[in-house]
Amino acid sequence: MSALDFVKIASRNKRRTFFLVLFLVLMLYFIGRLIDYATGAGGFFTFLALIIALLQSLISYYWGDKIVLASVGARKPNLSDYEERQFVNVVEELSIAAGLPTPACYIMDDPSPNAFATGRDPKHASVCATTGLLKLLNREELEGVIGHELSHIKNRDVLTMTMVAILVGAIVIIADILRFQLYVGGARRRRDEKDSGGELLVILILFLIVLLASIIGKLMALAISRAREYMADAGSVAITRNPLALASALEKIAIYSRPMQVSDAVSHLFISDPKKRGLSEKDSLWANLWSTHPPIWKRIAILKQMAGLSA
Amino acid sequence: MTLKIVLAILILLILFVLFAYNTLVRWRIRVKEAFSQLDVQLKRRHDLIPNLVEAVKGYMKHERELLERITELRSRAISTSDLKERGEIEGSISDNIKRLLLLVENYPDLKASENFKILQEEIISTENRIAYARQFFNDTVREYNTLCQMFPLNIIAGLFGFKPAEFLEFPGERERVEIKF
Repeated sequence: MSALDFVKIASRNKRRTFFLVLFLVLMLYFIGRLIDYATGAGGFFTFLALIIALLQSLISYYWGDKIVLASVGARKPNLSDYEERQFVNVVEELSIAAGLPTPACYIMDDPSPNAFATGRDPKHASVCATTGLLKLLNREELEGVIGHELSHIKNRDVLTMTMVAILVGAIVIIADILRFQLYVGGARRRRDEKDSGGELLVILILFLIVLLASIIGKLMALAISRAREYMADAGSVAITRNPLALASALEKIAIYSRPMQVSDAVSHLFISDPKKRGLSEKDSLWANLWSTHPPIWKRIAILKQMAGLSA
Repeated sequence: MTLKIVLAILILLILFVLFAYNTLVRWRIRVKEAFSQLDVQLKRRHDLIPNLVEAVKGYMKHERELLERITELRSRAISTSDLKERGEIEGSISDNIKRLLLLVENYPDLKASENFKILQEEIISTENRIAYARQFFNDTVREYNTLCQMFPLNIIAGLFGFKPAEFLEFPGERERVEIKF
């Protein structure tokens, strides 16, 4: 796999992202129309849905990286500390190798080994590592992990995932509003017995439709997130040419990681699931469908295969 | 009718020349940029070498010859303007620094020093940066040279004086192992 293949993957990703976002926006629009039609709100819900989606997309596009970094309590690295300096050095080296502008480096004071990348495009990108990761990994393993994060930046995965998360989030917000309506409507109806239950039934069905839509949206987002993890692993190997170092880094991360205090909204950004849900490590179809990350042992097996070792 | 056909062919020809010329210029600029990126890293190493020699001199009394060689190679690398010669000199600086870092294992006092640990990290990082920047430069040169020699771009290259660029080759290096996907 040459650097050129990654250019092709990146442009394919851009196309997919575009269609996914288009699909989600259309879905939001139709849900809004449906609710308007059923409740006779005269365009209010359509308008609300699209405004929520637009505002959230804009905010996350321009300030998403800063919000994420602030929410996990990231700080600038201390260059007189050996490990943190090594981290900055490795990021700069591999950026040269990947032909990327050097992203900003951040440190998260957390003993659990993990790392993530954020930023809408390579010019506005940041890489963040936990102190636990820097302590645990040797230089080669760190190179593997940073290569993985730089691949996310190169493939513009962060933008895709953030946009998807937000649009899915907007659908969830609508579902919440509907649920509230259901509750208020129900209370009113209990007071006013002569009203028929017909209207209530319509809202209930609507609620189920929106719920279904939010589940489908969520599943799509998760499927893309998992595919991108495999691709970033492959991208890391293309940069460092050292699949075994990344495999051994993932092994250490799997063994030593602890559940971290981060919001669900950012967990898909990390190299391994920071919530450490047991789900990510099961290989049943059901577990696969619902986890943000592919099972770590499966990623390790693929990396060992690349190195010509049977797993 | 014939006039129109001739005119159409002429326009197509001009468009092709424009396109080909611009492509070659774009790649020539890329080669230049790749070289200045590599040059920055080589200069970074030139700046680090005196610090390195100063830091280890007191400990490594038996390796005075090696240290002197590195210092001498550094000043030769700075003064030369020939790319081929520069490649040879920078390549042997890399080899000698690798040897020096291996020899550090014999000096536990030096290895334990916190200051030296950070300096060593800087040296390793610089060596990696040089390796990656050189790989990027040589890849870019290869692409540009292929364009210059490919028909029909080679006609335009000859017409406007685009010459193939030189690689920066370090002697005695091993090819990196290719990974199959």
